[in-house]
Amino acid sequence: MHFRSLLQAIAGNGHCCNTEHVYGNDFNVPDEVAGAGLGAGAPGGPSHLLDEVAAAERALREAGAARVADPGVAADGDELLRYFDAVIEADQKIEPRDWMPDAYRQGLIRQIAQHAHSEIIGMQPEGNWISRAPSLKRKAILLAKVQDEAGHGLYLYAAAETLGVSRDALVELLLAGRQKYSSIFNYPTLTWADVGAIGWLVDGAAIVNQVPLCRCSYGPYARAMIRICKEESFHQRQGYEILHTLAHGTPGQKAMAQDAVNRWWYPSLAMFGPPDADSTHSQQSMTWKIKRFSNDELRQRFVDMCVQQASVLGLDIPDPDLRWNEQRQAHDYTQPDYTELMRVIKGDGPCNRQRAAHRHAAHADGAWVREAAAAYAAKRNAPTTKAAA
Amino acid sequence: MSETKKEWPLWEVFVRPRRGLAHSHVGSLHAPDAELALRNARDLYTRRQEGVSIWVVPAAAVVASSPDEKDSFFDPAADKVYRHPTFYQVPEGAAHL
Amino acid sequence: MTTSVDRLLALGDDALVTAQRLGHWCTRSPEMEEDVALANIALDQLGVARLLLSYAGEVEGAGRDEDALAYLRTDREYRNALLVELPDRDFAVMIAKLLFVSAYQRLLYRRLATGADERLAGIAAKAVKESAYHEDHATLWTLRLGDGTDESHRRMQAAVDEVWPYTHELFEEEPDLRAEWLSTVEGVLTRATLVRPADSWAPTGGRDGRHTEQLSYLLAEMQVLHRAHPGARW
Repeated sequence: MHFRSLLQAIAGNGHCCNTEHVYGNDFNVPDEVAGAGLGAGAPGGPSHLLDEVAAAERALREAGAARVADPGVAADGDELLRYFDAVIEADQKIEPRDWMPDAYRQGLIRQIAQHAHSEIIGMQPEGNWISRAPSLKRKAILLAKVQDEAGHGLYLYAAAETLGVSRDALVELLLAGRQKYSSIFNYPTLTWADVGAIGWLVDGAAIVNQVPLCRCSYGPYARAMIRICKEESFHQRQGYEILHTLAHGTPGQKAMAQDAVNRWWYPSLAMFGPPDADSTHSQQSMTWKIKRFSNDELRQRFVDMCVQQASVLGLDIPDPDLRWNEQRQAHDYTQPDYTELMRVIKGDGPCNRQRAAHRHAAHADGAWVREAAAAYAAKRNAPTTKAAA
Repeated sequence: MSETKKEWPLWEVFVRPRRGLAHSHVGSLHAPDAELALRNARDLYTRRQEGVSIWVVPAAAVVASSPDEKDSFFDPAADKVYRHPTFYQVPEGAAHL
Repeated sequence: MTTSVDRLLALGDDALVTAQRLGHWCTRSPEMEEDVALANIALDQLGVARLLLSYAGEVEGAGRDEDALAYLRTDREYRNALLVELPDRDFAVMIAKLLFVSAYQRLLYRRLATGADERLAGIAAKAVKESAYHEDHATLWTLRLGDGTDESHRRMQAAVDEVWPYTHELFEEEPDLRAEWLSTVEGVLTRATLVRPADSWAPTGGRDGRHTEQLSYLLAEMQVLHRAHPGARW
């Protein structure tokens, strides 16, 4: 399927998200492969992605102009729920101080927090190569990308906080292993080509989920996603460019690129989550416009996109059964190992412990600094507080 | 001291995107004090030159209207169409109004 | 007028090694906002390093670009001051180093921005604004750590004491900049309730390629991939 049609399909009438398994980014490639449908000016290229994000932003503004009949001051529970449903039905945004069903609130907190954690933990595998990036230009790009991920994690925590939960509480849940992040980040980055593979495959899988998130029914989340999608317009491009350069470099570099694709392909497919038959949380999320497309539907679209992109790279997708199915007008492909996915989600991936320990260490090592800053502020606020009291 | 109490306070961030426009709310962040809140806001929300001026306000200092009161708060304005310029017919020939 | 290759390398290596040390903090800062802030500073330093090394390569005229200079020189060929290569043992040491080096860079770039070497003046004019921001960031943190808790005060004082001797080397080339640097830095230390260390030991050698034992490790990590694939494009 053409990337443009994918974007139209998911962004044109989509409303929201499945970040439960995905962390994400966006789309780009070297100019020379523009003809393949991925270049800056080509259909499906970054300009189209940004168009879709901009369309979501316009829709957000326009929907706000419609008035939904208000339930009134003394509305009871049923009326509040009817009003809430009517707002969502009208494609209007729910805002922080609106009444909302508890399950909607809790579901959003869980999903936004998981998305935020994924951005923060996702800094580690790529951050692993900042010190060893093979050129100063690549070092600068990678540092800027990892920095963006920190920023995006912060935007998302801020969105979650509007639902009445503190960031510290969410970070505690992450550190305690009681909230998840995308399992993809529990795989190691063994070579430089892994940085490219993450950009191409992981960020590529994530974009499939993130563009529709810009139309999520919860205002702060939708706004954060619009900002994130706009900022990430270079992330996938840099990854694809890294792989393209390696694939057209020395034999050693090409082997490095193929090895990375071999290792990241199936974990990337697993990012879309379990097959629809086994997926929880879905139906209610669809109704509330927190989620719009099924895991399998998005996975299929991702595979169809990647086949063409891999051929431009000159790299093989490690699936001997991958072939075009004329009847379905889609590729047949081998499913990822969902037993492995569940194992990694449960904590037994190659790097789960390492990622948690790294986050723990940063948090613990920084405790004295955070306390110092709080103490300094308290000393300065002390007289004012007294006067006010 | 509990873990929650140690958390740096929350600040709401407002950015003026360019001259001539009002500051608009862009998000929030945590910082121990106003000085660092301002720096953090600069680093976080204007990495791509999105603004020419930043305000940071302690989130605790924001007084918000309640959605429950929105009838009494906002509906009275709904019938005051005379506040909107399109309410008025401009006589033919009158320019620059 | 052009500047000497060694001089350009000294400036460029200071910025590059500073960026390399700061880059390590991304994912390891005390708070996520600080990850973003330190990455910004690292990116600034890296950007200036690339401009300076590219210029150094052109002046040298031996066909070396920024990457050849960054990745294919040994520690004995690096010209950075010892201060910037010191390990960031903790957040306080990183902040002390950043305060001292950014205050120095701001004064130096301010001078170079009006100097006779126009190319260098252009680079310095861009860099001086960035240095002022780095110095501001380091100053805010020095104040908070110095006048925060007992532990942060102890750590910040230890950091200042540890790296102070290495600041002398910064002024070997422009001794006259030290007076203004001192008045700035002493002001910050005083406000932070910290004691300005006495001047005594003054280690040196960086500008001649005689470094601490640390630089070789830093470069080994930075250069490992590039050196493993001679002649490759990235």
